[in-house]
Amino acid sequence: MTSAPVVLTELELDALTELVNLGVSNAAGSFRELVREEVVLSVPKVEVVTRQQALATLSERDAKRLVAVHQDFEGDIRGRALLIFPEAKSMELVRAIVGTDMSVEDIMELEQEALAETGNILLNSCLATIANHFDRSFRISLPEVIYGEGTEFFGPSSGADEGERVLFMFINFAVRHRDIQGYIVMLLDLPSLTTLKSLLAALIERTAGDTIVAPPDVI
Amino acid sequence: MSHKILIVDDSKLARMAVVKALKALRPDWPRVEASSADEALACINEQSPDIVLLDFNMPGKDGLVFAAELSQNNPQIVIAVISANRQVEVIHRTEAVGATFLPKPLTEKALADFLNSAVTRQAAAAR
Repeated sequence: MTSAPVVLTELELDALTELVNLGVSNAAGSFRELVREEVVLSVPKVEVVTRQQALATLSERDAKRLVAVHQDFEGDIRGRALLIFPEAKSMELVRAIVGTDMSVEDIMELEQEALAETGNILLNSCLATIANHFDRSFRISLPEVIYGEGTEFFGPSSGADEGERVLFMFINFAVRHRDIQGYIVMLLDLPSLTTLKSLLAALIERTAGDTIVAPPDVI
Repeated sequence: MSHKILIVDDSKLARMAVVKALKALRPDWPRVEASSADEALACINEQSPDIVLLDFNMPGKDGLVFAAELSQNNPQIVIAVISANRQVEVIHRTEAVGATFLPKPLTEKALADFLNSAVTRQAAAAR
């Protein structure tokens, strides 16, 4: 690669973080309806890192086996959205959704389907919010459930080039009053970054109007 | 009568969106901005705003915890919490601390209604 890397300005990064925040906040609302308990979110983290560094962020937090529901999206920009939690918590999540009066066998049978559906609702809600703000639409693949230690999660090219840089967006969530925590992760392929930059610039212009020209005093 | 407004949000873009709406609705009202609860607190002590628009999900102290402290210590200030997180628990906690919940992205209509009610509340309190 000879071309200079595309760098997002501070304001573009701010806009992207806010967009992820809007997307995940909307998704939390849908998630809350599923589990009937408040879903608490962290402040999103957005950064450009290698796939390896992105994986390290996950394994730092949870060395154990993880389960992920992922959906790939493509359109003007392409990438992967994942809902990830420790495998040990996935039964608890299913129980929170379907109720506590089911047998362990029934819950195990439902697990895959419930995880896929939860991922579908959450990730679609998040991606749709982002697409709408960009005034674009994404094609979103069907949800797929993966079990593993994280290395399998970050897409078909993860094995090919772990040093490849990606835009990594990461949010913690926890279900209040239940022992369920996890992460929502979005990975954006770096070739999308040029398009992303222009979409963000357009979003900033639409949002701010003439406030960019004459900003009020910031304390 | 003009009212001083403090906008608190860690996102500059989100503050810009609020400023744009305020410019359309109440161009004469003085505005100040802060990017965290700590900054906002310093600003409140120095500038005594009448109305505070608060983001919910911020690094450090979140908007709801800050709103609770604010309504305790500065009951004359009218507060709105702005968030895309429309979970009933968040809306109930906002109302429990005496603040108004405004959904994000903020519409001019929602902001206009809140500002009108803030003016009415403060006029009634001044009588």
